[in-house]
Order: sequence, then structure tokens, then C-alpha cells
Amino acid sequence: MELQNADYVLEMRDISKAFPGVQALKDVTLKVRPGSVHAIMGENGAGKSTLMKCLFGIYTRDSGEIIHNGKSVNYSGTLDAIKDHIAMIHQELHPEPHLSVMENIWLGRLPIKHGIVDFKKMEVDTKKLLSRLKVNLNPKDIVKKLSVSHIQSIEIAKAVSFDAQVIIMDEPTSSLTAEEVDQLFALIRDLKATDVSILYISHKIDEIKRIADEVTIMRDGQVIGNWPINDISEDMIISKMVGRDLTNRFPPRTHKPGEVYMKVEGYSSIHDNSFQDVSFELRRGEILGIGGLIGAQRTELVESLFGLRAIKAGRLVLNGKTVTIRNPQDAMANEIALLTEDRKGQGIFSILSVAENIYIASYAKLAKFLGYIDAKVCTEIAGRRVKQLNIKTPSLRTPINSLSGGNQQKTLIGRGLETEPTVLLLDEPTRGIDVGAKYEIYKIIEDLARQSKCVIFISSEMPELIGMADRIIVMCEGRKTGELTGSDISEERILKLATKFMV
Amino acid sequence: MDELVNAPLRKIGRWAGDKVIILALFVLIIVISIINPRFLSLQVLRDVALQNSTRLIIACGMTFVLISSGVDLSAGRIVGLAAVITASLGQTMEYGRRFYPNMGAVPIIVPFLAAVSIAGLLGFFNGLIIAKFKIVPFIVTLGSQIMAWGINLLYFDIPPNSSQPIGGIKSSITRLGSGLIPGLGIPIIIVIALIICGICWFILSKLRFGRNVYAVGGNSESAMVSGIRVDLNLMGVYTLAGILYGIAGFLECSRTGGATSAYGLSYEFDAISACVVGGVSNTGGIGTIPGVIVGVLVFGILNYGLTFIGVNPYWQNIVKGLIIIAAVGFDIRKNIRRK
Repeated sequence: MELQNADYVLEMRDISKAFPGVQALKDVTLKVRPGSVHAIMGENGAGKSTLMKCLFGIYTRDSGEIIHNGKSVNYSGTLDAIKDHIAMIHQELHPEPHLSVMENIWLGRLPIKHGIVDFKKMEVDTKKLLSRLKVNLNPKDIVKKLSVSHIQSIEIAKAVSFDAQVIIMDEPTSSLTAEEVDQLFALIRDLKATDVSILYISHKIDEIKRIADEVTIMRDGQVIGNWPINDISEDMIISKMVGRDLTNRFPPRTHKPGEVYMKVEGYSSIHDNSFQDVSFELRRGEILGIGGLIGAQRTELVESLFGLRAIKAGRLVLNGKTVTIRNPQDAMANEIALLTEDRKGQGIFSILSVAENIYIASYAKLAKFLGYIDAKVCTEIAGRRVKQLNIKTPSLRTPINSLSGGNQQKTLIGRGLETEPTVLLLDEPTRGIDVGAKYEIYKIIEDLARQSKCVIFISSEMPELIGMADRIIVMCEGRKTGELTGSDISEERILKLATKFMV
Repeated sequence: MDELVNAPLRKIGRWAGDKVIILALFVLIIVISIINPRFLSLQVLRDVALQNSTRLIIACGMTFVLISSGVDLSAGRIVGLAAVITASLGQTMEYGRRFYPNMGAVPIIVPFLAAVSIAGLLGFFNGLIIAKFKIVPFIVTLGSQIMAWGINLLYFDIPPNSSQPIGGIKSSITRLGSGLIPGLGIPIIIVIALIICGICWFILSKLRFGRNVYAVGGNSESAMVSGIRVDLNLMGVYTLAGILYGIAGFLECSRTGGATSAYGLSYEFDAISACVVGGVSNTGGIGTIPGVIVGVLVFGILNYGLTFIGVNPYWQNIVKGLIIIAAVGFDIRKNIRRK
């Protein structure tokens, strides 16, 4: 084996990974120096999390090599990696809520004396560990009562207890307050001083400017480049993250927006940390994009328009009439349809057939005396939608879970259309589906607009938002931060508005 | 080449996988008949049918509940309560120790409606608590099981009955449970049970309410987004189940010609077992009435057949337990393979 470069504690070399229909990673190389904070930036879908999953062996990489301390490694999971001093702090933390701080740290390797758990030793060790990290926590506290930032500190303490040399943090500040972010950064600096490296995944540019030593930018599964943090400006980071050719990825725009059909005025969630005071208008035959980062409360907003979430204030006007929507039945009666973001959890009935998944929301229309459902009529309806939307399925009776993500999504669009809506709320309609199917979904959306339907289109992928929408409103932390039309629309502007309130 | 050989084999395998329980039922009948050929007789068939018709009705109620991804532990005790109510209101005037000594003659519809409406009310209570307070069905029906038994004990203890077994049931009631259809020789009770099965099948497969039960059980979040009133649907499911338990309780009384507060003990487990073996998913969304009929038959024939060929009755429980686990294990494997 060739001599390895000791300048790096962790190297990922030429990592490639393909999924059916999409090249998720292509020759990605990433080198982490000891005692440094290395940021990875990129849009949603750029391949950051796929890369991490390849590192930890959650996905098997197609090619490439991972070198840790000069040795080629192949981990079979996060536990395997943490024993080899590589730890991950996830964006969503899942501690054991009913156990104490110390048990959470030492779980799986509790100190044993005479066959009994040695709580005294555990407490002493935990105290030592926490004081070293300057974390002010009682080892005996029950985790359930602690804040997210404290739980995060416990995770970091756990990583340190394994003598972690590299700690990967995935969007660590996404649910922290400004003060907690400062504390986290202090902790990161302390760790750096003890030669621990941090691989910091984020799309918050200001944060990265503050804490990172160098930055690697990814886009479309490839590394765009690697820069020392002082050699790259914020604007340059944005343009490297988003810059790409937009021609022909979208169907030609032939629809023409008409008169105003829907008005949303001062919509405010009953939860103070969700959307507040959001207003906008929507025309017939218009595609209105809603941009923003994860956590911008866009899903919550459209779900409240569909009656799935309660509001404390706000008015909805449809076609000049004020309407009240308390539940999905109200929404459907007012010709609103929702395509949910969570296809598996809130969309498909995985064990039911493709046909039933199409007509299941239309029983109100289909039911006869006593609620009798004529199977023949249903099958005809489903067959028509399958043809119209080009849903590729072996038969109408095939269970929907044996279809590809794109075809499942088209089936769900069919379900929505079967309720004969005027307003369609599409929440991340192309998430997790391959490129070819995406284009078909775009075509369906364009067709809907041409048929004078009103479309609200939420997407975290800015190119498709720009490629499809006539107008874009941007949200940040539950508030509408701007509205862009025509030549005002650009990825830079959207990203600036989407991060307006962020530190 | 490999593919050419394997494809038909896999097809046969899949067919057998779906029908395995029917195959098992036939194997069971064949084995018992070889050991004692007299098993294949009309009398045996009639006995099995008589013994299992009320179980079938309870299992129908449980089918709705299981498909909605719930469970109903109160089934047996509701059946017991309904049986006692039926008995208390269905005695002949001539009987010596009457539950209501001063009550005049009432038509058969009175005990029937009383039993069914009390049972339906308890079912509605289950559904209301589960749908509105979002407490898991296991806990709610565990509680209502105990409550139903308590109500039964209280009622059964009313003087002058004072917890004595209730007998002297009118022949118009007992005829439903033990009589035969004149000329055909078919027990009336099994005809009633099969008609109820037919109605349940129709509701589940042809009516909006039934289709929604599958949707709610398959994915209640998606059901809500699809505009289905999940709460109303669940209340309907448990109420309907309660009504079916009420009918079963009425028929238990008419079949046995009496009732005590011990009636119905652990019938819910018989029903759950039959459903699960009959292909109803314990996680919801899957199941059919024909499957449940087969499930009830498996246990019915097992009970009768093993006694018939002289197997120690204690063994029967061990065999039954193993069959439940094997059936579910097989079902899960089938689904894993599909993934």
C-alpha cells in the first residue's frame, strides 16, 4: 500500500454512489485536517448526507476509499465508527428520554462492578467529562427535561468519551437559540484545541464564516471546490452552491395567470414558533412558489390552508367569498387539494392497490345509497387517471408500494385531481424521485396551470422553484420575508430572504 | 435459464403462501379422518357449525376492529353481559325462579333489542374514548372489559336472582340457538351467522364505511389527508363490533338455554386468534371475512377433531398456540419477501 499522507486525520477519496436513475455522488474527495473545523456546504440534494451515510457504511459506496489515520477503513455502522473514534451528531437527536444524563452517555458500556452497574463510578466519570467540556449539567438529571442544546452537549460528551478524533455535526444549530449557538461554538473551539476535528454540515453561511477553517462546497453529488474560509466570500459561496445551467430542465411555459382567485390574509398558527402573519394572493392559472429552508414552516402553512392545523388568526378568501376551513373535509368542499410532503407517512396507503389509492379520497362523490361503492366505476376512474398521468404500473390492482417513488407521487396527484380541485397545494412534489420522473411532474404542474388551476408549489430545490413558478414568496422562521416576480427571481435573492433572520 | 425454471416455481410458492391456511385446514381434516373415518359425517359438521357460529359473529366484530388497526379486549365480557340480559328478559312465565317475577310476557324482540343496544352502547363508549381522547385501544378496551364484567356482576346479583344461574328460557329463543330449519336439517344459528358474515363482507368490501376502515387502519394520517373522518369511522367500527357481540351474546343464551355471569370469558382471545390465523393483520389495513371464516373453522375443527380422536385436551392448547404463532410468522415472512 502506498504511503498515506499524515496531514489528514480522515480522507474520503473518489467516493461514488448511484441509485436507480440518479448519480448521488460522483468522485467526491474530502480531506479533514486534525484539529480543524471543516465545513461542507451545499443545497438540499447536493449529496452531503449521502456522503455521510457512505462514510458510516449505512450505504455501500460503489467506489472510492476512506482512510482514517493512514488506514483504509470500512465501517458497518455508526457504532463501528465511533469505536474507531469517528462520531456523528445528528440534526435530529434521539436520546433515551427517560434515562439520566450519565446513562445516556455510557449506554451500551455501563461500568460494572461485581455484576452490578457501578453508578458511583459512572457519576464520577461523567462529572469529569462534563467539566472538561465546561458543560454545566448534573449527571443524574433525566434527559427528557433538558433543552435541545443540552441534549446536543450530551451527544458531544459521548463522542468525546469515545476519544473521538473526528466529530461530524449535521446542521447542529437548526434548533438552537443565538445564545446556545455561541455556547456550541465555544465548545467546538475547545475541542479543536485538543486536536479534535469537526466536520460541520450546514447551509448557514454566516455560521460557517464564524466557525470554519475551510469549506468544501458540493453540488449535484460532486465537489465544486475546497477553500480556506478566508479566501472565499459569502457571495461566492452562494454562487458556487447554486450556479448551474437551467435550460431544458423544465417544460415550456405556456400558461397565463388570470384574475385573483385566492387571498390569504394574516394567517397565523396557534403555535407562536410556527408561521405568523402570512399574506399572499394567488391567481387562476398561476404557479406560486414558496421558497425557504427546512424549518421555515411552509408545510405547516399549507397544511393549515387544508385544515390539518389550526390557526389563531387569518382570513381565507376564495373567489371573492370568505371561507372557514377547520378540517380536510371543509378544504375539499372548497375545492382545495393537498399533496403532502411526507409521501409515506401522510400520502400513500402502502398496502392498498394503485386504483384504490387514486379513488380513496373521492368516496363522497362516488358513494350511492347507504354508501355503496360501485367497484366498476372506481376502476374506470382509476384507469383513466393512470393513462392521463402516465403512471407506470403493472396493473391497477398492484399494491402501490411496489411502484417507484415517481409513480407513487403521480398516483397521489391523481388522487388529488379526482377530488376536482381548483387550488392545488403541492408540498415538495419532487422530493426523492429521479430526474426523469421529476420532468413528468413538472409537465403535470404546467398542464394544471394551463387548465386555470391555482397551484402552490413548495420546494427546497431552488432551480425547480425558479424554473416552474410565476411568482415566489420566501419564508424564514415562519414569516414571509419577501415576494419575487419576473426578473427579480434569482437563487441569490431567494437564499438571502430564506436566511434573513438567521445568525 | 434459471429464471425460466424458477418463475413458475415461485408462482406456485406464492399461491401456496396465500392459501397456506386453507391447505392446513384440509391437511387437518384429512389427518383426523384417517385416524377416525367417522369424523367425515354430517353430524360432526353440524356440531362444529353449532359450536362455532357465535364465535364467528364475535370474530366478525373483531375483524372490523383489527383492520382499523385496533384491538378489542372487551368483546368476551360484552358477549357475557348480553347473554345475561337476554336470559333475564327471556324467561317463560311458568319458570319458578324468574329474574323479574312481576314482569308480564314480552315478545322476543325485547330481550334481543336490550342485549344488542347495551352491547352497542359499550362498543360506542370504546370508540368514543379511542377516537376522541386518542387513548390506545388496548388500554381502553382492557378497561371496558373489566367494567362490562362489573356491570354484569351487579346486574346478575339483583335480588331475587342473587347471582344464581338464569334458566327457563322461552322456546322461541332457544329454538334460534338449537333448532334446525325444517326439512333442510341445517341449524338455524349457523344460517344466522352466515347471513351476518355476508352483511359484514358487504360492508367491508362494498360500502364507503368499510373501505374507509381499511384506509384508517392502513395509514390513519393519509386517511385524514384524504378527507376521511377518522374519528367517526373508529366510533362506527367499535359500535358495530359491540352490536355484533350483542347478537352473539343473545345467541349464546339461546344456544345454551340460559346464562351466568361467567359467560364470554376470554372469547376475545378466540376471536383474535381466528382473525389472525385467517389472515387479518394485527397491525391493521388487511383482512377479509372469508379469511376469518376459515380461521374460525381451523380452531373449530381442531377443538372438535382432537377430542374426537382422543387427544388429551391439554395438548390442544399447546397446538392452538403454536398455530397462531406459525400463522403470523408465515404471514410476516410473506410480506418481507414482497419487499
